[in-house]
Amino acid sequence: MREVDARGRSCPEPVIMTKRALKESDEIDVLVDNRASLENVQRFGRAMKKNVSAKEEGNGWRIEIRR
Amino acid sequence: MELREKHKLAVTGLFIGAISVLLVVLGNPKNMGFCIACFIRDIAGSMHLHTAPIVEYMRPEIIGIILGSFAISVITGDFRPRSGSSPVLRFIIGFFVMIGALVFLGCPLRMVLRLAGGDLNAFVALLGFIAGIGIGCIFIANGFSLGRAGGATRIEGAAFPAATVFVFVVFIAFPSLFLFSESGPGSMHAPIAASLAAGLAVGILAQRSRLCMAGGIRDIFLIRDFTLILGFIAIFLAALIGNLITGSFSIGFADQPVSHDKHLWNFLGMVLVGLGSVMLGGCPLRQLILAGEGSGDSAAAVLGMLFGAAAAHNFSLASSAGTGPGVNGKAAVIIGIVILLAIASIVTVKERRNYERG
Repeated sequence: MREVDARGRSCPEPVIMTKRALKESDEIDVLVDNRASLENVQRFGRAMKKNVSAKEEGNGWRIEIRR
Repeated sequence: MELREKHKLAVTGLFIGAISVLLVVLGNPKNMGFCIACFIRDIAGSMHLHTAPIVEYMRPEIIGIILGSFAISVITGDFRPRSGSSPVLRFIIGFFVMIGALVFLGCPLRMVLRLAGGDLNAFVALLGFIAGIGIGCIFIANGFSLGRAGGATRIEGAAFPAATVFVFVVFIAFPSLFLFSESGPGSMHAPIAASLAAGLAVGILAQRSRLCMAGGIRDIFLIRDFTLILGFIAIFLAALIGNLITGSFSIGFADQPVSHDKHLWNFLGMVLVGLGSVMLGGCPLRQLILAGEGSGDSAAAVLGMLFGAAAAHNFSLASSAGTGPGVNGKAAVIIGIVILLAIASIVTVKERRNYERG
């Protein structure tokens, strides 16, 4: 499982990091720390026809993107 | 959830478009119900940072936007003090975004409002804006990043909104300390309470919806996502309908309110704004919202814009309505594009190396 740490990154970097990671791996976790990124990454994952879920973790969220 | 996001954006856009027309009816300059660049420029003048007599007024809309975003983000838990993502570079980028905007005579938001008023110069500017965003996206797709922001203390996050309140309170209590235009765009404004209320409402809605004038076009380029562009379209439609109702719509290039028809410079000015906005992660409006949410980096960008606005008038870089930019303004736009391209190139090459190293 690949983990993408996008905490502290400004828009649209978390989405671009997710996009890059999805090229190399089908299932990834993305860590984000603000709600705009949470929404953007989830929206992007769904647009890629993935199963997306998110849970709070620490000071932010862990977004699980699955096949 | 996706529908809800689109809903929020559409409602926010329609509201901003409508309230912008209303603010013009109440006294703001034409096609300038809201203009982040023009209003920051007026604030710079009011605070004696420049002395162009026609553009001096402490625009309450800007104060309202920052405070609206601050208040709603504290309430909803979106207030996240953070900083450290290249604040000095962001200051410089903000500076040049302002120069580009003042050569065109409007931020991306006013560009849409001008379009909705029938000002075709804004269409030329839109093409430039799209081109600038496209260039920015090439860098982003290749790894451009201003770096990670870290957490900051709550007092650091609240400092910028607090400073805004302080300035506004001093303005209300001791208006004689500030400069007020007696003629020109700076002299035209809605009543303070209406401007402040409109700013607060826009700040709240834009924070909740993540509305961004640059983000919509950027997301189409980068990830074929058409969510954020909805806000852009909604503002246009509401303002267009509003202008038709109030009789403020007049189509053409010549004699449009607070504008000029020097196509090349409208285009290049907005190339600079588009490129800079992508590098900053959002348009000038979005920078105000993020500064309200506690981002020290966006606060640095806003201060860069304030400084840029002062420089634009002290060094004759801003365009004059009607006649367009002088030689200084033209040079500044070219220099700005070159500097932003240099920053973007250097950062991208370095980030790519780091990424390849893993």
